[in-house]
This record gives sequence, C-alpha cells and structure tokens, in this order.
Amino acid sequence: MNAKTVFMGYTRSDLANLVVALLVALVVIPTVVQTDYWYSSILIPWLCLSLAAIGQQIVMGYTGQLALGAAGFMAAGAFACFNLILRVPYLPFPVALALSGLIAAAFGILFGLPSLRVRGIYLMVATLASQFFIIWMIDKFGWFKNYDTSGIITAQDILIFGKPFTSPFEMYLVVVVVVTVLTILAINMTRGSTGRNWMAVRDMDIAAESMGISLLRTKLQAFAISAFFCGVAGALFAFTYLKSLEPVAFDIKLSFKILFMVILGGLGTINGAFIGAAFILLFPVVLNSIGNNLFHGAIDATIISATEQVVFGALIIIFMIYEPLGMAKLWYNIKQSVRSRFAPRSELPRQRAT
Amino acid sequence: MMQARNFPIGDPILEVRNISLSFGGVKAITNTSFNVLRHEIRAIIGPNGAGKSSLLNCINGIYKPQEGTITLKNEVLDKISPNIVARKGISRTFQNLALFKRMSVLDNVLVGRQLHMSANFLQVAFQTPQARREERENRERCEEIVEFLEIAHIRDTPVGRLPYGLQKKVELGRALATEAEILLLDEPMAGMNVEEKREMCRFILKVNDEFGTTMVLIEHDMGVVMDISDNVVVLDYGKVIGDGPPDEVRSDQAVIDAYLGVAHD
Ligand SMILES: Nc1ncnc2c1ncn2[C@@H]1O[C@H](COP(=O)(O)OP(=O)(O)OP(=O)(O)O)[C@@H](O)[C@H]1O
Ligand SMILES: [Mg+2]
Repeated sequence: MNAKTVFMGYTRSDLANLVVALLVALVVIPTVVQTDYWYSSILIPWLCLSLAAIGQQIVMGYTGQLALGAAGFMAAGAFACFNLILRVPYLPFPVALALSGLIAAAFGILFGLPSLRVRGIYLMVATLASQFFIIWMIDKFGWFKNYDTSGIITAQDILIFGKPFTSPFEMYLVVVVVVTVLTILAINMTRGSTGRNWMAVRDMDIAAESMGISLLRTKLQAFAISAFFCGVAGALFAFTYLKSLEPVAFDIKLSFKILFMVILGGLGTINGAFIGAAFILLFPVVLNSIGNNLFHGAIDATIISATEQVVFGALIIIFMIYEPLGMAKLWYNIKQSVRSRFAPRSELPRQRAT
Repeated sequence: MMQARNFPIGDPILEVRNISLSFGGVKAITNTSFNVLRHEIRAIIGPNGAGKSSLLNCINGIYKPQEGTITLKNEVLDKISPNIVARKGISRTFQNLALFKRMSVLDNVLVGRQLHMSANFLQVAFQTPQARREERENRERCEEIVEFLEIAHIRDTPVGRLPYGLQKKVELGRALATEAEILLLDEPMAGMNVEEKREMCRFILKVNDEFGTTMVLIEHDMGVVMDISDNVVVLDYGKVIGDGPPDEVRSDQAVIDAYLGVAHD
C-alpha cells in the first residue's frame, strides 16, 4: 500500500469510494429509481449474487482452490434462515442471517476437507459433491421444509425488531446494508494478514508452508468464510428476491453462474465480484430487450438464449487467455487512462499489485 | 577476515544423524551425518544431483527421510511439516524461486512475518486496534528489510514481473523477515553475475554478524564458498565425503577427486 492511509488503514480513495457507493445506493438510486421492477428484479438479485461471488472469490480468487458449489452453500444458508425464523421465536432477521451464514460455514469446512488432498479439476469434482449433497439433504428430510408438500414454501416476512421490511424498496435497503458491511469485512481480510495467507497458499503453497503458514488451517478457513458469505447471500436471495424456498433455485447452474461471475469479473478482486455479477445478470436482460426492441420479436427467444450461451463461453475463453484479471482490470485501466488525462503526471498512482 | 565476531561460533544447533532418503529406486541421500554449529555459516557443496537440495528439504520437513534423525536444539524433528519447522526457527529460500508471484514485493516479505502476527481473521475483518497495530509494526519491519536489501523502490511491484536477480533478493528478504535462528539458502547466488554475487555475500555476512543467524547455504561457486563459509560439507552421490573448514576440505584428496577434480562452472 503506497498511498497514505488517512483513517484506520484506509486511503483517501478508499473512503471516497465508500462515500460514493453509499451515496449512490442510498440517495441517488432511491430518488431516481421509482419502479419496483428495478429493485426486485435487478438491484436485489445483483447485490445478493455479488455477495455470493465474493464468497467464491475468497476460496477461488484468493486462495486458489478450484471449488464449485457456491449455490449449495447458498441453499444451506437459505434453508437455515427459514428454519431459524420458523423455530426460534422472536429471532431478529439480522441474527438469523448471521447464524445461517455460520451453518453454511460448517458445511464449508466439511466440504473443504478434500482440498487438503486434491487440487485443480479433482477438487472441483469433489466440491461438486457438496452441491448435490446439500440439495439432496434438503429434499430428503421433510424437516428442512417443515413437511411442506405443496413444493413451494413462502419465505417469512423480514422483521427487524418488530418492524417489517416487505416492500421491494425496504428489502433493497436491508440488502444494501448487509452487503456493504460484509464487503467491508471482506476487503479488510483480503488486505490484511488473513488475505496474505490465502494468496500465499494460492501462489506457492510449499513456500507458504515453509514460512509457517498451516495449509490445513488456511484452506479450511477460506472455505468456511467463503461458505459464510454464500450462506448469507443465499438467505438474502431467498427472502428478498425469490420470496420462497425451493432447492431447485440453487442448482448446479447457479453455481456455474457464480463461477463465471468471478472469472469474468476478475479473479482475486472484490470489485470483480460486483462487476461480474452485474454482467452475468444484466447481459441476458440487455440481449432480450435488444431482441424485442430492435427486431420486434422477429428473433426467436431460443435463439437469443443460445446467443447468450455462446457469448458467455467465448468471453470466458477470451478473458482466460488475454485478461485473467477480468473486467475489474479493464475497469481499472479505464479509470487510469481517464485519470492520466485529467491529472498532472506526478499524481499518477504507482502500479499496484493485484 | 575473521576478526572478533559479535556471535562467536558455538555448540551444534542442528544435528543431522544417519539420514537416508530415496525416491522409489533413486537413493538421493545415503546415511548422511553432520552438525551445524550455532552462529556459523555452513556451506553444502557437491556436484549436480548430489542430494544437496534434498537434504535441505529434509531439514525443513518438506521431505521425510526414511531413516535417521534431525535434531534442532536437542529436540528431534520427527515427521513434522514445514510450517511447524518454521515455527521452531528454521526458514529458507528455494533453488528455483518459490515466490508469491501475484503479490507485491512488500507483501511477499510480509508473509515472512506471519509467525510474528497473532491477530485472527475476525480481528483482521473488524480491524481491531490490535490487528491494526500489529499490521503497522510488521509493515515497518518489512520496510526496513527492503531498505536493507536495496529493493525498496520496487516494494509495490508484483514479484512475477521482476528480473531473476531481484526475485532472488525478495526471497532472501522473505526469509530474513521470519527472524529465524537458522536460514537454509538453496543456491542464493545461482544465475547472478559477479557484482550481484558480491552484494549477496555482503547481505549474508551482515545478517550473520548482526543477528547471529546460523546459515546453511548451498553454493556451486567455490570462490564464494571459500570466502564466506566457516565450515563446508561435501556431498557426492548422497554421501558426505568431506566436512570441515574450507581450506581443509579444499585440500582433501577424496573431495578433489570427486568434486573439485571435475570442471564445474
Ligand atoms: N521429488 C523428487 N522425486 C524424485 N526424485 C527426486 C526428487 N527430488 C530429488 N530427486 C532426485 O534426488 C537426487 C538428488 O537431487 P537434489 O535436487 O537433491 O540434488 P542437488 O544436489 O540439489 O542438485 P543440484 O546441484 O542440481 O541442485 C537426484 O537424483 C534427483 O533426481
Ligand atoms: Mg539443488
């Protein structure tokens, strides 16, 4: 960190970013965006999935463990939250959310165990098991669904100290607060000794171990924290976006989506999680509206969705080859070139490690 | 060159006893024994494939020898992993550079301070005063190390982008940051020019003199070995064929035959 820290280890630009983000989230968006559609179909799922993508970043982008199964941990978090609220009277939503994260974290540790033995594609296959196991468990034991037979369980209303948060805008506020807090915690970890341990294990595990880092502890810790983020994200996703609890919503396709968010957004960056989530989520929407507005429905919906798949596949390959640091790096480059146009040369920040 | 030293050479700190290591059919080390004395600079020499790196890997716990014992300060290091060995005060560098490529120079060195940092992930996440103080103090310590190694100007560069010679220095810096009692250096000067080698020697001697760090280093350049080491172990085909002060070893017939006789560099 070369820039001067001005408050608690944060630089001036960190604080500026935070202020801008909060202003946009809590002032600009609420005044500009009036339709519920934007809150409940774009902003809420984007923030929830960004949070899950941060979880995936921690284990994959920072610790270098090729894990696939984020949606499984999201399911664990979602159903944990449902059951906690159902069975524990007067449990405030934030507490239920935190506990759901912890329960998901326990699964994270359990399914992180293979990482001590295998790596790469083998680990990917091993962690896939978590995905299937968690979904199977929820389906198999009626207790998790409170013996519901209709197939669709409605999520309870969000109550925070007696006050309900049920409108799309109110739910959006809840999501913003949770995501902001957890993002700050994630940034603190990745910049501090915790994140250095993860990255050391990612870049050269033998050297990390020779410097006194326990691979066992570090990997399991990353899996636990990753699953915590996914668990909280899953609970938020179910309670504010789906408004129902169904295991199929957390299938393997969602895990892959989160994986792609991280790869396209940029491995080993927190803002990459947000950028990647926005892209994966918005791209189909944009494509659809192009199809509808430009060609007035002349193009079949199946062709549009096929185009979507092809473009995703191509982009992932292109990014893997040409810009492994993803869109976050592109974004950084754009910012730099804008800055260099407007700032005197001497103020250019020096190159930062990623 | 040996005036009164700040840290005179003492008793054995590390004892290697009858170590044997094989990979399948390949015997890398056969029944090898030697001592490393406290505060000394000990060189390990020998032809390519003699088993020098394997020996360091055994000491540091990366390889588990099939036979024999390694004793550190009267404690047997038996079947323990590298991170525990590090905890007990042995740090190292690697022959083929094992840096954290995507991390900056300073972050690489900071990883070496990991054992001196005790804040857990929650304290780091919530940036408690203790976590912040610890981070600040260790950063300062690492700044001193990069100053000392004259790599402060590249402190924020990802090490993967640095030329080889600088990467070697970063790796030394990371090992120094641990403040280990014993440093194992696997060919710290390989691939360097005369100028760089001289600089590296200066760092090694200075650290040994200032902090009393015991050094075990593998080196092919006999000039360097003669200059800086207090004692030399000569390995050939996994066996010790010479052990003693540099000039004694140099005049030993077995050593001349096995190693010095063959043209090396
Ligand atoms: N992980 C391994 N698996 C199999 N064989 C190995 C392994 N490590 C070392 N060896 C073998 O052990 C022997 C000793 O190797 P080592 O790397 O210790 O030699 P060295 O003295 O360090 O050589 P150099 O001067 O080339 O670095 C060699 O025959 C090598 O092929
Ligand atoms: Mg070697």
